[in-house]
Amino acid sequence: MPIISLKNLTHTYSAGTPLSVSAIENINLDIESGELVGIIGHTGSGKSTLVQHLNGLLKPTEGKVFIDGEDIWSNKKKIRSVRFKVGLCFQYPEYQLFEETVYKDISFGPKNMGMSKEEIDLSVRRAADYVGLRHDLLNKSPFDLSGGEKRRAAIAGVMAMNPKILILDEPTAGLDPKGRREILDMIVDYKKKTGSTVLLVSHSMEDVASVATKILVMNKSQVAMYGSVDEVFSRADELEKINLDVPQITRIFLGLRKRGIDVSADVYTVNEGCSRLLSLLNGGEC
Amino acid sequence: MGNIIEFDNVSFRYEADIEGEMLPLAVDSVSLGIEQGSFVAVLGHNGSGKSTLAKLTNAINIPESGKVTVDGMDTSDEKLTDAIRRTVGMVFQNPDNQIVATIVEDDVAFGPENLGVPPAEIRQRVDDALKAVNMFEFRKSEPHKLSGGQKQRVAIAGVIAMQTSCIVLDEPTAMLDPNGRREVIATIKKLNKEMGITVILVTHFMDEAVQADRVVVMDKGRIIMDGTPREVFSESDRLIAVGLDVPQATQLAAALIKKGVQISSDLLDENECIDAVCELLRSK
Amino acid sequence: MKGIAIGQYYPGKSLLHKMDPRVKILLTLVFVFLIFFCKNFWALGLMGSFLLIGMLISGVPFKMLIRSLRAILFIVLITAVLNLFYVTDGNVLFPNTFIKITDKGLYTAIFMTVRIACLIIGSSLMTFTTTPTMLTDAIERLLSPLKIFKIQVHTLAMMMTLALRFIPTLMEEIEKIMNAQKARGADLESGNIIDRAKALVPILVPLFVSSFRRAYELAFAMECRCYTGGNGRTRMKQMKLSWLDLLFGFAMTSILAGVILLNHYFAHLI
Repeated sequence: MPIISLKNLTHTYSAGTPLSVSAIENINLDIESGELVGIIGHTGSGKSTLVQHLNGLLKPTEGKVFIDGEDIWSNKKKIRSVRFKVGLCFQYPEYQLFEETVYKDISFGPKNMGMSKEEIDLSVRRAADYVGLRHDLLNKSPFDLSGGEKRRAAIAGVMAMNPKILILDEPTAGLDPKGRREILDMIVDYKKKTGSTVLLVSHSMEDVASVATKILVMNKSQVAMYGSVDEVFSRADELEKINLDVPQITRIFLGLRKRGIDVSADVYTVNEGCSRLLSLLNGGEC
Repeated sequence: MGNIIEFDNVSFRYEADIEGEMLPLAVDSVSLGIEQGSFVAVLGHNGSGKSTLAKLTNAINIPESGKVTVDGMDTSDEKLTDAIRRTVGMVFQNPDNQIVATIVEDDVAFGPENLGVPPAEIRQRVDDALKAVNMFEFRKSEPHKLSGGQKQRVAIAGVIAMQTSCIVLDEPTAMLDPNGRREVIATIKKLNKEMGITVILVTHFMDEAVQADRVVVMDKGRIIMDGTPREVFSESDRLIAVGLDVPQATQLAAALIKKGVQISSDLLDENECIDAVCELLRSK
Repeated sequence: MKGIAIGQYYPGKSLLHKMDPRVKILLTLVFVFLIFFCKNFWALGLMGSFLLIGMLISGVPFKMLIRSLRAILFIVLITAVLNLFYVTDGNVLFPNTFIKITDKGLYTAIFMTVRIACLIIGSSLMTFTTTPTMLTDAIERLLSPLKIFKIQVHTLAMMMTLALRFIPTLMEEIEKIMNAQKARGADLESGNIIDRAKALVPILVPLFVSSFRRAYELAFAMECRCYTGGNGRTRMKQMKLSWLDLLFGFAMTSILAGVILLNHYFAHLI
């Protein structure tokens, strides 16, 4: 059974007025448990609207959202509990920090869930470990942290709810290359340790290619593609048509093929590319 | 052509926080000349001192020691601050926090109005500036209805309308999506190539730095590399060591060289890389 | 959120839109004064028809103008009801029932309601036809004589402009923060007043922090653009009086005369 299942999901902003805009239209999608799904699309393609349906922040205009086989809107009063099951971390999450100490801030979610003191303590420390936040920082004011540490503390605030599904909306926005790398590694690591399903919204094909198991491409309020990294990037022409790039390394191999060199282009990381070229140069097959 | 901005052994540190501990130098003994009409990218990870460096160019930051001169004017002389800011304009990271008016054209007019330019001339400058950044059709729009890239182009138009000879952009694309980034970079290149404005682009995106004539890399407040993009990016190991990145094409070349393959180390984009690999295969 | 309109400007090219905003503000003030000066239905009728002509000229849909009444509907109702029951002289309308309403009370209630409606629609007509920037500009220029009393008119106007500029930005920000905290299970909808006030802390703290950061960055950006206050500034948009303003001024003067005349001529409300 898929952990996320969307049936004919449609959302229209300002429905019933002349200003109405469909942000997503008739989306059907199943996501299996344990995947790390990279969600890609232009600003305005509907990705943000889509993810806000998964934890019930937005209510579908039409269609249904099933999490763990359960229709999340079957009981309106229980919608808050869906938010604990599906953790959503927004873009620039450091702007949500508000408590006196980092510890208190991370425990905001667990407290809202009604966890006991011991459970909260355990969750907070575990979440700090997931994001690589030193425990001596927990007693500091979140406003005294560096930019990168703030980002980690804020992500920990969502992880501390032990969600089954974790959604991160551009967690690397505004970070430098090293900071981006660290956050991506941390996400892969978190998934490995907890076995949860992770959805990662990103603008960077390179980032998504290096960590995701599946890729979801949104375009003009619709799901344009959903499949494994291979399946999606093998449709480079179609991606180009909707103005999305494949990673540069893939483009290099596609370019080589166009020049008549017999090499397959399912290369998404520099290391893969290097070994493939080496075997080609050494006269081997690839 | 001469240098429009000159850093002479400049150091700067921010004031201590409440606890009173002295902070380390944010910029440490930097000497640097920016040639009139050039396009210089300043690269560095967060906290490397690159933004501090940018703010030293127009007297927002005043050096603790050493001297910054803009067109011969010493930035530490308060009487010259106004004249310096007429020479060096600045665009910041967050597009929302630098637009002051509720209508695009009024915002672009803000700088020239402050300079006391006659009304008819402001009108002309505003229209020209908006055309230069391709935002003329949005002149009557409200800024909050624009995309990030559009807002950033309005901010750039605001500087153009002041007719500064140099424009410093402090991570102007950090908060934008890929389309917005492309728009802004294309605009910056146009300013430099067509209007002859000196551009200093502070960034941590390698693909943006590749477009410049010269790349300056900073780490821990010091300049550690300075050269053409080709020279700088060929040393990918050093860049990665200071928390930066190189284009995947360059990474691939570096990885191949490590395995003993004879390929040039200064490949900047995919086409150069494809050419080089084809060459290799042919000569095999 | 991108649909928020600042103020309630309705774009158009009507004569009212083209009027000098300074004149528009002054005429609106005269209009408001005259509305209160009206002593009977005749005078009010004159004002009403003038307003109706204004509404027609402006090209703003009647629906939108009427909608501006909705915000103060409550006040209008209260005023009407109070007048209805507190004015006790005159002929009782329903003599055989317990409802003690007099004809005079009814007239007063209607009079008051129409008066407030004219007031609101009249001033909305100004805001519908003038952009917020023009409005603040005009206020700055109208108040500029106050400079001799060392009042920082320019600073005040700048503050108004910046407030207008940042209202939509902050609205968007509030929405984002609320969503982020809701995603962490914040409960903003239930509980008593104290619970709800407490639930605001996770929204207000980040909002203040980010507002201060914005203010700080904005101040830098303004300094970089050579802003040093109002001295030595010029303005791109000049305001010039035209025949149009004279025309409207003349119309208003004749209405002023009309109202005085009608007030004098008809001693009673109706």
